[in-house]
Amino acid sequence: MMTAPELTEPKKPMNRRTVGNAEKWGWIFQRASGVILIVLIFTHLFINLMTGDGVNQIDFAFVAGKWAAPLWKWWDFTMLVLAMVHGTNGMRMIVNDYARRPFVRQTLQWALNISMVVIIVLGTLVIFTFDPCPTGTDTELLNVELCRELGRL
Amino acid sequence: MTATAEKTDSTSEVGAVPTFTVTLRILRHDPEGLDGREAGAEYWEEFTVEAFATDRVLDALHTIKWEQDGSLAFRRSCAHGVCGSDAMRINAKNRLACKTLLKDLNPSRPITVEPIKGLPVEKDLIVDMEPFFASYREIMPFLMTTGPTPERERLQSPEERARFDDTTKCIMCAACTTACPVFWTDGQYFGPQAIVGAHRFIFDSRDEGEWDRLEVLNDKAGVWKCRTAFNCTEACPRGIEVTKAISEVKKALTSGEV
Repeated sequence: MMTAPELTEPKKPMNRRTVGNAEKWGWIFQRASGVILIVLIFTHLFINLMTGDGVNQIDFAFVAGKWAAPLWKWWDFTMLVLAMVHGTNGMRMIVNDYARRPFVRQTLQWALNISMVVIIVLGTLVIFTFDPCPTGTDTELLNVELCRELGRL
Repeated sequence: MTATAEKTDSTSEVGAVPTFTVTLRILRHDPEGLDGREAGAEYWEEFTVEAFATDRVLDALHTIKWEQDGSLAFRRSCAHGVCGSDAMRINAKNRLACKTLLKDLNPSRPITVEPIKGLPVEKDLIVDMEPFFASYREIMPFLMTTGPTPERERLQSPEERARFDDTTKCIMCAACTTACPVFWTDGQYFGPQAIVGAHRFIFDSRDEGEWDRLEVLNDKAGVWKCRTAFNCTEACPRGIEVTKAISEVKKALTSGEV
């Protein structure tokens, strides 16, 4: 007599860990931040390189002048955070693809996350604790106009 | 008027069809290690065959197996592009050997034939399809309903049918899944075919298991691993817009609406 082969229950999961909606939100963030970054980065490049004296204008005084306005501080801060998280998320996916051994994978993920946090913290400190007129600096290098306004010169 | 067939010499007519020589460069895998090879040895071997303009890669493989080297192993069943048994990597593209005409492949240069990538090779062009079918089983490719079985057919409008028409064409040849760069890297990804199989039921108005399937595809190994490389759409011998189907599943998951 012929018998049908016994089949395993189709819904039996294959050792996979469900992670709620984490992957979904990661995917949505990647797309949203990508679109925002295009605007932020290209405006940044245009303002810095195409207007005024172009690439020759970029020096300490130029940065001091830009960061005198809160708009550019927040602009650069948003760009920093989004670019770092976007890049880290992309690298995380590549690590998940190629690093098969759990130890290697976790080590790389930790290294990635730590470097992301370190760079975001350092960058944020630079943006928000920036001193446009450090005392004892050659006035040639400073944004004289700004420092006079601030009463620092 | 009576139809009359003109009497012709059939042999001379066949002989009149022009033939050409073509070289096939086949990546072989010998699991047993015959003829002094190591067990599991991989090597390229070239075969030269005479072919007609109407011959497909499968015809050339048959000629090799039947006339030159009987040890060459490959899968095929219907030989007409319906069963999906003979997907292989021909000139670095996944295709069905039975649908690919030799004359379309520039026969003046050797044609490379390899097993499809990303699945364990068993012998020559035969791969172990089990990981591929396991992914397909996981998305539960069968009708799921609630309530009592109706006494007649479950009706559906032509518009409702059209929503998943494209993904019903799948013949499970694995050409798409084994063309996917994400599938090559980790082998955990469900692969395009399983998502196509899920799409066929998710967007079927008669089926009620869509959220069970979407939950499976929301997993770490699910649709979010897709990077829209479009390799699957290019590889599909049935012309299914695979990447579009995957995107429709992503959209259902992000919008919460099927």
